[in-house]
Order: sequence, then C-alpha cells, then structure tokens
Amino acid sequence: MVTFHVEDQSGNSRHLEAPVDMSLSLMEFLKASDYNILATCGGMALCATCHVTVLDGEQNLSPANDTEMDMIDTLPNAKASSRLACQIRISPQLQDVRFRLMEGE
Amino acid sequence: MSITTDICIIGAGPVGLFAVFEAGLLKMRCHLIDALPQVGGQLSEIYPKKPIYDIPGFPEIKAQELVDNLMKQIEPFKPTFTLGEKVSGLEKHDVGFTVTTTDATEVQCKVVVIAGGLGCFEPRKPELANLERFEGRGVTYMVKDPEHFRAKKLVIAGGGDSALDWTIHLADIAEEITLIHRNETFRGAPDSAEKVFELARQQRVKLMLSTNLQSLNGNGVLKSVVYEDKNKNTGEIEADFLIPLYGLSPKLGPIADWNLNLDKNAIVVNTFDYSTSVDGIFAIGDINTYPGKLKLILSGFHEAALMAQSAFKFVYPDQKLSFKYTTVNGVNAF
Repeated sequence: MVTFHVEDQSGNSRHLEAPVDMSLSLMEFLKASDYNILATCGGMALCATCHVTVLDGEQNLSPANDTEMDMIDTLPNAKASSRLACQIRISPQLQDVRFRLMEGE
Repeated sequence: MSITTDICIIGAGPVGLFAVFEAGLLKMRCHLIDALPQVGGQLSEIYPKKPIYDIPGFPEIKAQELVDNLMKQIEPFKPTFTLGEKVSGLEKHDVGFTVTTTDATEVQCKVVVIAGGLGCFEPRKPELANLERFEGRGVTYMVKDPEHFRAKKLVIAGGGDSALDWTIHLADIAEEITLIHRNETFRGAPDSAEKVFELARQQRVKLMLSTNLQSLNGNGVLKSVVYEDKNKNTGEIEADFLIPLYGLSPKLGPIADWNLNLDKNAIVVNTFDYSTSVDGIFAIGDINTYPGKLKLILSGFHEAALMAQSAFKFVYPDQKLSFKYTTVNGVNAF
C-alpha cells in the first residue's frame, strides 16, 4: 500500500491509502474513491478532465510522457506542476505526494 | 436535405455501426450522423493503427481494421450516413422524432439511438470572469474565414499547433497580432515554432511568452485583453478579437439539453434495453452510464443488441418480435 494526500476542488484534504499491486492509475483510484472526476476518455490522455497539480513531491513521480505533456500544454489553466491523473500509476513513488484536483470543465 | 428512416443513430463509431447490424436483423433501417468526416469515431480519428486486444474472436485487431470489418458487416443493411455534421436539435412528435444538424439536414425517424462515444469535441475555454459576455463579440474559438480578421488587432492565446499555425497564417492579414503563451517554449511542430519566432524577430508578430490571460475589457464588444507576465506585472493590449486556441475537449453538446437524465456528462440508461428517460431514445456505448458500466467496445456491442429488441416495438408497433439466430436464418439483406 502507498499513502498520499489529495485536496479536492473545494479544498478538503484527505490521506488516501491505495494498493500498489493492482495496476491502477491515480485517475481510476480517485474515481473509485468517489472524487468528482469525469475522466471522459477513460484514461487515454485525450480529455484532461482528470487534471491535477502536484503540490508536494513532484520530483518523486515518473516524468510525463509526450502525449501527456502535449495535452497539458493545451490547457488554459495548466500550471508548471500539472499532471493528468490517468497517466500516473499508483506505485510506491506516490508515498507522501500531495495532489490537488483542478476544477472540472 | 430531409431523410426518413427507422432509426437515427447519432455517432458512427464502432458501437453505432454495429447497431446497424442488430437493427438490420430486425428489418429496421438506420441513418447515422457523425460530426467527424469519416466513420469509425475515435478508432479512426485518434488511434487507427493501435491494436485492440479485447474484441471477442480477434486476438489482436487494429482499430481501423475493426471499423472496416464493421462497415463490411453492415453493408447488407444499406445504412445511410450524414458525416461531418453535428447534431443540433431534436424534436419529439406524437410518433417519432426529427433530428436536425448544424448544416440543416433533417432526419425523420421513429427511434433515436445516441452512440456518441466521448461526445463531440468542442473548444476548450480559458477561465476568464467575463468571457461569455464577449463570445461572438470579439472572442471566437475558431477561424472559419481568415478574411474576417483583415486589418484587425488580434490576440491569439495558446501554444499548440493550431495557435502557431493561425498566428503564421494571420500575420499577413491582421493589422496587429499578439500571441500569448503561458510557457517559454512551444510543444507544437518545431518548424511552426521557428516561423513564429522569426515573425517575432521581424516584428510582424508580438510574442508574449510566460504570460497568462487575466481579463477582458470592452463595452459590449471586446476592446482590450489584460495579461499577467511571469513577474506578475499586468498589462493591457488593444484587441478587436481574442482567439483562444487551447485544443478541443469532449462534451455532450446539444444532447445535454434533451431532458435526458444525466450523470457526470453521461446518459443514464435502463440496463433492460439501454433506454433513456425519454421514450424512444436509447443510449449505447461510452456515452451511457449505469451501475457497473465498463467503457468497452464489447459492452457497446451487447448494448446495441438489446437496444434493437426494444426499438422494434417503436418501428413495428403491431408486430410481435421473435428472436432468431443468424446461424439459422442467415443475414437477410434489404
């Protein structure tokens, strides 16, 4: 299991514990945890409705690939620490990382 | 143009196409409408060469091959198509519906099947307080006719290919053009980025990097755009037009206004037959939602088969439906 922190669109913060051996993406885990994420495209980095920013621990995450970077680059509200939750694997690297969910479209 | 059919299918992706087959077995004719200029939906548009591994009977099949096979499979039922047009309206009659498109195509039908997948792709909008007030009054999300911008002051926002390409194209047409991008570099095609930097060196384009849009000013029509640079300094640019080019995002579009029960941008259906909350309208494939929903092509195929059984009573209200296997009856073309 890995523990990380998620701040939702209203500013509520929670510790979440997630299994690392189920090949889940952060988007899938957040949806399953009833967060308000559309994830319209189902995880193909096409819709950016799972846009998050990394508040703390960005350096621990695997860097975004080109597909993810291209999509983030089109977002009007993107920040330097923007990521797409669908492209982040739930892994031990996420330990103590803090994410903030961005406003849905 | 007016078309009369039994079932109007909105969306010509794999699930919409297979719905033609299931409807055809029950002697129901279909007309499909899709916003894209070709059939296949996201399979053809986004990942035609990607292999798919979970189509029953195909250990591996490329997305476009699946679409081609589906077109072959439904050929006996002679579906008709309106491609490259977006559905704009729906009118419910005592019997049946009229579906209209943005290009004024009218489809008269007894049943509507929404197989819209991710929805239609619409321009992504920046978060600016008074943006909507200026839409159509200086703010526009696409360039339909470049001549519209001749001798005007333009601000283009964005850093992708379309922002770069339109900046290059409009540099000769506009009186003044400013490109605002929130990064220092562009991820669009390197050739286009280089051209934009060259235009900036020639002072034909004003390039504002590491800069964000902040607000819009104007009295009824757009007069100026306020920006904030990386040092948090703000400034104002006179502008006749702001063209935000932040890519496209899938949306339900006008379907959202059809009084269907929705949940998080998906259409709530009854899993008995994938009917929506409006009698005679069904929703199948990625666009619907129900407990346990899996966004899989194979789930959409199943949904299409069950939908057709219920659609039958709207098309042939006086006939009794008896279920038949294709192995017994074959596929009887129209």
